Amino acid sequence: MKLPVNLSVNGQAYEEEAEPRTLLVHFLRERLGLTGTHVGCVVGECGACSVMVDGALVKSCLMLAVQAHGCEVTTVEGLAQRGKLHPIQEAFVHNFAMQCGFCTPGFLMASHALLERTPNPTEEQIRQDLSSNLCMCTGYVQIVEAVKEAASRLGEWRKTHT
Amino acid sequence: MRSIGQSVPRLEGHAKVTGSVEYIHHLRLPGMLYGKIHRSALAHARIVSIDASAALALDGVHAVITIQDVLSLVPNPYYGPAFHDQPILAHGKVRHVGEPVAVALAVDPHIAEQAADLIHVEYEPLDAVFDEIEAARPDAPIIHDVLKPAGMFTDLKHLGGRSGTNVALDARVRRGDIAKGFAEADRIFEHTFRTGKVIHATFEPMVSLAEKQGDGITIHTASQSPSFVRAEVSRLLGWAENRVRVRTAFLGGGFGAKLYIKLEALVAVCALLTGKPVRIGLSMDEQFYTITKHGATVRIKTGVTDDGRMIAREVETYWNGGAYADIGPRVTQKSGFTAAGPYDIEHVALDNYAVYTNHPPAGALRGFGISQLVWAYERQADIIAREMGIDPLAFRRKNVLREGRPHATGTVVTDMEIDAVLDLLEKRMDWRRPFDRGTGVIRRGRGLAIGLKACISPTTSVATVLLYGDGSCALHCGTVDMGQASDTAMAQIVSEVLGIQTQSIRVVRPDTDVTPYDMATLGSRSTFHMGNAVRAAAEDVLAQVFHIAATSLDTEVSSLECVDAEVVSSRGARMTLREIMLARFAMQAGTIVGTGSFAPHYKKPDPATGQSPDVTPFWMLGGAGAEIEVDTETGRIEVTKLVNVADVGRALNPASVDRQLTGAAIMQVGFTLFEEMVFSDGQVVNASLADYKIPGFLDVPRDISAGYVEVPHRNGPYGAKGVGETGVFSPSPAIANALYDALGVIVHDLPLTPERVLRAIRQAENRPLGDE
Repeated sequence: MKLPVNLSVNGQAYEEEAEPRTLLVHFLRERLGLTGTHVGCVVGECGACSVMVDGALVKSCLMLAVQAHGCEVTTVEGLAQRGKLHPIQEAFVHNFAMQCGFCTPGFLMASHALLERTPNPTEEQIRQDLSSNLCMCTGYVQIVEAVKEAASRLGEWRKTHT
Repeated sequence: MRSIGQSVPRLEGHAKVTGSVEYIHHLRLPGMLYGKIHRSALAHARIVSIDASAALALDGVHAVITIQDVLSLVPNPYYGPAFHDQPILAHGKVRHVGEPVAVALAVDPHIAEQAADLIHVEYEPLDAVFDEIEAARPDAPIIHDVLKPAGMFTDLKHLGGRSGTNVALDARVRRGDIAKGFAEADRIFEHTFRTGKVIHATFEPMVSLAEKQGDGITIHTASQSPSFVRAEVSRLLGWAENRVRVRTAFLGGGFGAKLYIKLEALVAVCALLTGKPVRIGLSMDEQFYTITKHGATVRIKTGVTDDGRMIAREVETYWNGGAYADIGPRVTQKSGFTAAGPYDIEHVALDNYAVYTNHPPAGALRGFGISQLVWAYERQADIIAREMGIDPLAFRRKNVLREGRPHATGTVVTDMEIDAVLDLLEKRMDWRRPFDRGTGVIRRGRGLAIGLKACISPTTSVATVLLYGDGSCALHCGTVDMGQASDTAMAQIVSEVLGIQTQSIRVVRPDTDVTPYDMATLGSRSTFHMGNAVRAAAEDVLAQVFHIAATSLDTEVSSLECVDAEVVSSRGARMTLREIMLARFAMQAGTIVGTGSFAPHYKKPDPATGQSPDVTPFWMLGGAGAEIEVDTETGRIEVTKLVNVADVGRALNPASVDRQLTGAAIMQVGFTLFEEMVFSDGQVVNASLADYKIPGFLDVPRDISAGYVEVPHRNGPYGAKGVGETGVFSPSPAIANALYDALGVIVHDLPLTPERVLRAIRQAENRPLGDE
């Protein structure tokens, strides 16, 4: 049995269907080909599959595809605008805030969600907020630096890119 | 333009932040089948029967593969880098919970999973043994009937055919006269320290695909060792190596988990048996049953003179290797010989035992056994120092190995400055400052530790640098970038030689049809070994370029240099690399190929004494300092400050070096404070990231920093040594030494969970906690 999944992903409308058991992360990857969202632990711990659904940060391994019916989804592929990296993406590169990169799309989405809500977060807010996501490589320190740098540049970027 | 020593951003950074970087995780092949492994529920048992009928009856199931099918293709289905002891699928018996017994192949991953669950296996249970000390006893249940060394390592050959034992290897080092040393010592200290089993928890779980192509096979795999996979799969199939192609992409973490053969032999056999491409990707929980770090029991006895000199040390280490040897015997010997630590001790006796148990196999995990040994010798160092009334830093200064002195193996130490590392630690820890230990419920302490590793040897790396028709440049090297930024470092070396911008150099992903041989990406060997090979390959290109330019410009080669992709003569004549190609091939086409290879000199240790004049190409030295707060009512430790320092030779990319040390420090904080696989009858009861906690943001100390000293290594590329593992050596004992400093309590076992710490506190107060 399949159910309809009509949704918008990164601004593009899709009319698809999925088995009720299909996880959103698998739907995004296998059906829509958006492999920037990664499958790590599949139990909602690592956050490598984090995406935005209707403006809220979601671990897409904890959501069924059919639950995203009628929703607006943003994945890592939707962060850059017209080929120009989002400040959070630039800041991750610039601060060496990634190593293997497998958790990175999830951290980018979590950072993006934080900065949407809290444009100038304190270091404590960054640590608390991003503690939803795990990284095996970096030791996290540079991720804090990247988010701080992105926050300082985001206002300028919004003026020209939204 | 100089690239070496610059913090060049990683080449694939843009791809990683846009979600467009390639991982094998993403790969789907036309018409492929998904494989799901049916795993053993018992730790040690004979297989009576396997019934796959219910699985095969399921719609969408293509086949169920068991060892009987494998044997039709591979008569001797045993593999492994040190011992050929691991069957592609369970053969007659199972030796650990989670051992692959059969594979269901289906058109859909859900169907494959359902089918794998429907496979029914009947077992006849056997006695199992899990503890490494018990398993080494003569009356223990025997896990392998006979030892089967692989033959690749000559020092294991003598073990062939040995039976009736779980000890896969006993490796020893003897220096001086240990009995005399203890007789001359004024004080003797003896302790036993243990570390439990932990895992790599790579976020991209292991994944391999295989497809038959003509008379060959292509294996796409998230592997740190494509060259080894090619050799081992060829050997199993009885094929020439050139019929097996192994390619990788970027790895979502490795840390030693994705080495040697993991899924590759199984997926290759499945593809050949079915004639269809096959993908097997593990889930996170399956990784807990695939490869772990060694648990170890280390008995360490040290003789000290009244003036605080260590003169005798005896270390006996039992390495819990699990059910299959994997690289455990190498860990046992190559790390085991450093068990006396970075100290100048006259009389040394080291015994290391690789022991089979009925746990999942243990192999390499960032540090290759070193952190287990440092845990023991650096914990004991602080106990000795306190008992002798010597400051822990002063005690180390009194005893460390210095340039020109022989290590316990007899190899003279060069190109390593422990004093510089100790000085940096002293400074960063502000060690002379009075330290407030507190008086209330929360107590404070500080500690430090240093650890030594010998880079494994001998190993070989080969690289190719290509100059294309338009003057652009590519590097073919087998080093696998799993996050350590090796692509960037290798491109920096090419850049340094050829004067081409690092960012414009194409580093080709390892592919055995394309990239030359490399032993593997492990043991912090790549910067040193592959770095030298890449440098030689680039220099080979440069020599050819200069030869062409000298002819074209009618000048001497010695008058030329290469700057910003241009060859410039001392008289000011110029040729771009593009013009060089035109001059060489008479059109804008062609390829200039430069090759380089590197294998360090090495002398095999004497098997009886472990003595060798040249046991390692370079020594790695790391140190850590920690300040902690411990809650005396709960036993909870908070690390408030952590300094991790290393002797790196030369930092090719300072930012990358810093991040390696910091990342390693936090990884080791997890292994120190909470990570531990918990077993019940061989079953991992916490095989999920929900129950097995790795460090998160809130576990990072507020004050954390990395530092390094640069003592250029005479044989390293531009003086560089490896650094990937150095950061894990010392944090565990540094943190435990801080606990000892705070409260004087001794915890012998890792991890330092609140319960374990509280029990130690209450024990020291003579009011022990009852059993749980």
